[in-house]
Amino acid sequence: MKKKLIVLAVALYTTAGFAQKLKGSDTVLPLAQKEAESYMKQNKSAKITVTGGGSGVGLAALVDGTTDIAMASRKIKMAEKMKLQDAGKAVKEAVIAYDALAVIVNPSNKVSQLTREQLEGIFTGKIRNWKEVGGEDLQITVYSRETSSGTYEFFKEHVLNNKNYASTVLSMPATGAIVQSVSQTKGAIGYVGLAYIEKDVKAIKVSYDKGKTYTAPSMATAKDKTYPVIRPLYYYYLATVEKTVKPFIDYMLSAEGQKIVEEVGYVPLSK
Amino acid sequence: MKPFYKKFSEKFIEGLLMISGTVTSLTVVLIVFFLFKEGIGVFDQKPTENGYVIAVSKTNPLSKVAPEDIKNIYDQKITHWNEVGGKPDSIILFRLEDISNYYSDEAIGENFEGLAGCISRLTDSLPGIIAFFPEKYLDKDFKGKVLDVDKVSLSGFFMGKEWFPTAQPSAQLGVMPLVLGTLWVSLGAILLALPLGLAASVYMSEIANERVRRIMKPLIELLAGIPSVVYGFFGLVIIVPLIQETFNLPVGETGLAGSIVLGIMALPTIITISEDAMRNTPRAMKEASLALGASKWQTIYKVVVPYSISGITAGAILGIGRAIGETMAVLMVTGNAAVIPHSILEPVRTIPATIAAELGEAPSGGLHYKALFALGCILFLITLFINLSVEFITGRKKYNKH
Repeated sequence: MKKKLIVLAVALYTTAGFAQKLKGSDTVLPLAQKEAESYMKQNKSAKITVTGGGSGVGLAALVDGTTDIAMASRKIKMAEKMKLQDAGKAVKEAVIAYDALAVIVNPSNKVSQLTREQLEGIFTGKIRNWKEVGGEDLQITVYSRETSSGTYEFFKEHVLNNKNYASTVLSMPATGAIVQSVSQTKGAIGYVGLAYIEKDVKAIKVSYDKGKTYTAPSMATAKDKTYPVIRPLYYYYLATVEKTVKPFIDYMLSAEGQKIVEEVGYVPLSK
Repeated sequence: MKPFYKKFSEKFIEGLLMISGTVTSLTVVLIVFFLFKEGIGVFDQKPTENGYVIAVSKTNPLSKVAPEDIKNIYDQKITHWNEVGGKPDSIILFRLEDISNYYSDEAIGENFEGLAGCISRLTDSLPGIIAFFPEKYLDKDFKGKVLDVDKVSLSGFFMGKEWFPTAQPSAQLGVMPLVLGTLWVSLGAILLALPLGLAASVYMSEIANERVRRIMKPLIELLAGIPSVVYGFFGLVIIVPLIQETFNLPVGETGLAGSIVLGIMALPTIITISEDAMRNTPRAMKEASLALGASKWQTIYKVVVPYSISGITAGAILGIGRAIGETMAVLMVTGNAAVIPHSILEPVRTIPATIAAELGEAPSGGLHYKALFALGCILFLITLFINLSVEFITGRKKYNKH
């Protein structure tokens, strides 16, 4: 019996040495899964499990020690950093890819470009009708992601200049739901990741220099950084396990890993 | 030997049953305890993020600013200090990342050694400043004044009208729109489902012949087996555009869409329970009524419905219970805007949808996390009230009989 236990413990220990757990953001999830798959194909001994749940869940798991890498679509918050500090753990950060956010409207909408200031007005509720930004006389219906998603936070920081959304904003549980709603609501506006743009919605050009130049969101403009609404995606891990997680992270940052980034619809890091 | 063995196994089974009963009740109690422990914790927290402070200049007469005012200040809806009872200076917003507008990188230092000093000097030099920064950059001899922040108050929580749990520097935790949204959608659902459900159950128990009944009953019970996400998607793709066109609304994601989807979901519960209650009407009572010359319809509404009224009510209430707690379907069709609804044709946000959508991303143990648990407590109390009413109503029936 005792022998069996020892064998079991040894087996657990050795697999733990190779097995890596990734947990966190649902935005990063599809990317991490693809990367893990191809990484495991090359390294037969490696074992990586990827689960979602949200950036907050991932970072909480990092504190509890139930995950090796926390995936996040937002930067780690002060409170979370302090928790890790209290637990005596030093955390390391790696940017693994970028995600460009496109502002989308209904295809029947005549408006095709907006400045950042106009977007701020629309999402904070100051501008309520399309005719104020050069469209037809139609009420604007704003779709947003849920308050706690990393996408919501990023859009607030970079487009709304840290102001809060209007309370009348409709929040949808998933990006797919925003696309669906925008495609069937005439006066709708919303924001989605680059990979979600499809023919039922129209992506508008955005200007960050008060209307001098408008840039359409695309993989090309996101790559050369001319498109302004772009955010980093993160991996967080403890400094103590750096050795075990490093090979996988290095693989993700390699040319091959970054090719997968583009295939999944995110923007690769520019070297 | 045999009787002893029998006795032993009987005792053993008895014990087993007792243990499983105790374990189940203990689990329930533990879950409720955990829920309330986490939920009540929200009143022990400050609405600003942990580890951050809000400071103003020493010359500013204010020592306390209400959370909603802080939010409006940072949204630039309040731009002068006299609007919140201070001097007529205009307000200068400061967040940590703005420091580079005031000081050079050298002054701040590579590892932010000089940052605390910079912030201290800055708050001293600008009388209209309000600064929001991490506590660790609070200088030892800070020249400004740190604002006092009250803990989340009961009245602010229950009567507050704004739900911005992640707003910085000060979260807004008003659950009123969410509670009203939940009740609004559930009320709409029951108004739609009750007449339809009753009609269907009367038809099935009294009018339909055995063959029709045998087809209809499993069909209706099948409704209960459809996953709620499917209902949600059906609602988003079919019902939402339909409502938008019919009422000519700017947006179709409304309370009504939620009510319709929930109404459909509550139907099987209502129909099954009230049909069972109606079929339990003693044959003798029905036959006596018919023998006295009453028509079939008169028998139904004078004998069958009054006899089974407690069963019907129980079905209706359990139906509401299902509607109030439903998450996924509502999340997809009601639009989830946290505003107090004035009509059923506006977007609403319900409690379960809020919890489901936000819990995953909330930092565990934080203010937002605890606020969501407090919402769970409110939901628990609502459903507890509903279940107690069922107990009360079904209990009354027994009393009448004996």
